[in-house]
Amino acid sequence: MTRRGYLPILLVLAVLALLPFAVTSNVVLNFVVFVLIITLAAQGWNLLGGVGGQSSFGHAAFFGTGAYVSAILQVRFGINAWVATAVAVAAGAAVGWIIGFLSFRAGLRGSYFALVTLAFAEVLRILANAAGFTGGAAGLLMKLDVGFWNMQFTSRAAFLWLALGFVAVGLIVSQMIANSRFGAQLVAVRENEEAARALGVDVLSVKLKAITVSAALTAVAGCLYLQYFLYIDANIAYGLWISVEALLAPMVGGRGLVLGPIIGAFTLHGLGEASKLLAGRVPGIDLAAYGAVLILVVAFAPGGVLGLLRKLRFRSQPVAKTAEETA
Amino acid sequence: MYSLPIVAEAMLNGLLTGAVYALIALGLTLVYGVLHIINFAHGAFLTCAMFAVWLANTFLGLDPYLAILPLTLIFFAIGYAVQRFVIGPASHGDDGNILLITLGLSIVIENALLAGFRSDTRSLMTDYSFNVFEVGPLLISQARLFGFLGAVVVTGLLWLLLAATDTGKAIRAVAKEKLGARLVGINVSHVFAVTFGIGCATLAIAACLLMPTFYVNPRVGGAFVLVAFTIVVLGGMGSITGALIGGLFIGVVESLCGLFLGESLGQIGIFIIFILVLLFRPTGLFGARA
Amino acid sequence: MLEVKDITMRFGGLTAVGGASLKVDKGRIVGLIGPNGAGKTTLFAIIAGFLDPTAGRVIFEGSDITPLPAHERAKLGIARTFQIVQPFAGLDVRENIAVGAYLRHARAAEAHAKAEAVARRVGLGGDLDKQASSLTVAGRKRLELARALATEPKLLLLDEVLAGLNPSEIRDIVPVIRAIRDEGVTILMIEHVMQAVMNLCDEVYVLAQGKMIAQGTPREVCVDPHVVEAYLGKGAADRLRAEEASHA
Ligand SMILES: Nc1ncnc2c1ncn2[C@@H]1O[C@H](COP(=O)(O)OP(=O)(O)OP(=O)(O)O)[C@@H](O)[C@H]1O
Ligand SMILES: [Mg+2]
Repeated sequence: MTRRGYLPILLVLAVLALLPFAVTSNVVLNFVVFVLIITLAAQGWNLLGGVGGQSSFGHAAFFGTGAYVSAILQVRFGINAWVATAVAVAAGAAVGWIIGFLSFRAGLRGSYFALVTLAFAEVLRILANAAGFTGGAAGLLMKLDVGFWNMQFTSRAAFLWLALGFVAVGLIVSQMIANSRFGAQLVAVRENEEAARALGVDVLSVKLKAITVSAALTAVAGCLYLQYFLYIDANIAYGLWISVEALLAPMVGGRGLVLGPIIGAFTLHGLGEASKLLAGRVPGIDLAAYGAVLILVVAFAPGGVLGLLRKLRFRSQPVAKTAEETA
Repeated sequence: MYSLPIVAEAMLNGLLTGAVYALIALGLTLVYGVLHIINFAHGAFLTCAMFAVWLANTFLGLDPYLAILPLTLIFFAIGYAVQRFVIGPASHGDDGNILLITLGLSIVIENALLAGFRSDTRSLMTDYSFNVFEVGPLLISQARLFGFLGAVVVTGLLWLLLAATDTGKAIRAVAKEKLGARLVGINVSHVFAVTFGIGCATLAIAACLLMPTFYVNPRVGGAFVLVAFTIVVLGGMGSITGALIGGLFIGVVESLCGLFLGESLGQIGIFIIFILVLLFRPTGLFGARA
Repeated sequence: MLEVKDITMRFGGLTAVGGASLKVDKGRIVGLIGPNGAGKTTLFAIIAGFLDPTAGRVIFEGSDITPLPAHERAKLGIARTFQIVQPFAGLDVRENIAVGAYLRHARAAEAHAKAEAVARRVGLGGDLDKQASSLTVAGRKRLELARALATEPKLLLLDEVLAGLNPSEIRDIVPVIRAIRDEGVTILMIEHVMQAVMNLCDEVYVLAQGKMIAQGTPREVCVDPHVVEAYLGKGAADRLRAEEASHA
């Protein structure tokens, strides 16, 4: 029973892991690496916003903290990349816990929670943009020093596997949570807080746990972004763009589902690339398409891509099942 | 230390900016008060309106102040249509969905503008852009003073509209008791759309008042949107006088923070106020409405 | 087992409960009845920790639990159902009940097994895979009961679990409630269906306008003039008495 759900995860991971053997185009591999980084950020969002129903508009706060803490430790203190990443993820989790503690204790939900997270991310962005040790508006540039211990790779394939490894951890953690008591309580909190309380669920602590793990996952994405591009500034690390990416992917793929973020991230960025091909290199056209997709998903496919697939599968099955669906 | 005239000037400037902030927040708070939704696309609509002012001036030679009337009507129509035909049906009546849809709208609008106008910053050249009044030791920009007066007048008009007209009564009825309003025969989706239309119309006016002294680029609305949220939260969600007082207050805070903390940290005061109010006084400081 | 002492609850100017007390002994089914708006649900919410009373104390198994939050009380063994059913609409019946079962079973397999056992017991055995939102009214009431039971409570607070059911559905569920008591769960139930109250309860409290106006066996309470008055108004009660007198 608890093994449930791991097969599709293995399948998706296997396909992506084998990709570098089939495709050598750097453009494609770059695309996949970038989407995997987005996927990680989105997996974080999905745990809190999808499973737990607490939509955040400010996951940049965690992404940026991951990226900045790791960058500062490496650039200013010469600390090893892996150690820096570990510390940065812990810092991201801590920021998550603090934001969660303040907002959930104040009873913020729904739109209010979304806005307060956005404001926290903006405060961090302005601070990072103004402070000296973050490099101010010029940002932080990492030294190019390729090697496993520095978490820098010349081969795109190697970085793809690294990112995939982290995504795999994210998927497995999500699936474990989905199969666990904590997961059930988190879903209960999303569906009906009052009822959850009546059944002995400590709502505040469940939410805090969720935002902490969520922030940690998204902070990993920030660290990977740094290792891949070797440069960050406040608008990249704490910018609204990553908060939106982290939210969009699970919405499009299937909110609250383990595979939602990865499916959504690839669908969205696939669409983005397609719209660039169609419309030429017009700036903003891919993002405009994302916005439109978000509206369409909310309006017509609240279950996202996975929800649509499930519906199609039921439709092609004998009538009995469909009747039950519509009942 | 800062001398008194400098501080006074900063405060005065803050008040002038604050009035326009208030005007922008007005639409947001009205929509919140009636529809109980947070319109995340508010900033994007403002950007649209500012581009409209720029287009009308550049290609039709229309003075921004003269553009107020046509643009108000056009943006009322746009707002009406967006609520009636996009937000309403697409959200299935769920608050979380509405926030996501307006987020989607803001992304679409902002990036469509980016595709159409690129990221260049544009501004208007009117012959009065640099005119000033001298009051004692202080210089007051004429256009910004007009902006201030315009904002105050529009707030008054809006208040009158809500207090004294049939439309206003219907809007207030829906805001208070949606179901009851429906039962007495008010077309609720129509009232929602009208409210949303008014919200957009105030943005058109704000854009006309802003453009003589401000600039526009596809991202400019984003800078206003959190400010407007802050004002709305501060003034009490849904309160019109709250929005006016909150707007003036935030304008002054921003201006003083800019003076004391420098340009790059100037906006931080606003966000910190926003967070603190949400965490500790979510009903607002000035508005009494829960 | 449960003692409610002089509970007062004010909402602004409105006093929903004004100094009400009651006692529930272990192993009994105690009824709480009273006209609409008497404050019964409010009193339940206070016992279960959903509202902080303006004044008064709640004692459970000898210790004062007034300051404890709701989830702590659930851990101690107090479970409530909601008058307005609150299913986890997006989940199926098994998952709904499992949330309750997880309180005492950390492992998923155990919690699911427990959930299935409880579902069968309240007559939801065939609906385990149905979405909660697709259940009938009767089904949802059973689901409320099942979720509360799955927490393995010592004290079960049932808020009008029979309301909205038709007579045959009521006939089906009354023995279930009695069986729950026979297995050692103490029950305090709010109920308007008098036939069920007479049938099930060992003892009944009557709340009217926030005050406890009567207490006793169901039979005693039914003939108590205060109770009749509370339900029918003073005039009607007097008329009824006069009529009875003239019949005699
Ligand atoms: N959260 C609240 N805020 C303000 N008033 C409330 C609140 N909850 C209940 N009340 C009021 O308290 C009174 C008692 O309500 P309660 O729901 O406890 O009655 P009840 O006895 O359960 O009635 P019913 O038989 O209709 O369920 C009512 O007048 C109700 O309007
Ligand atoms: Mg009740």
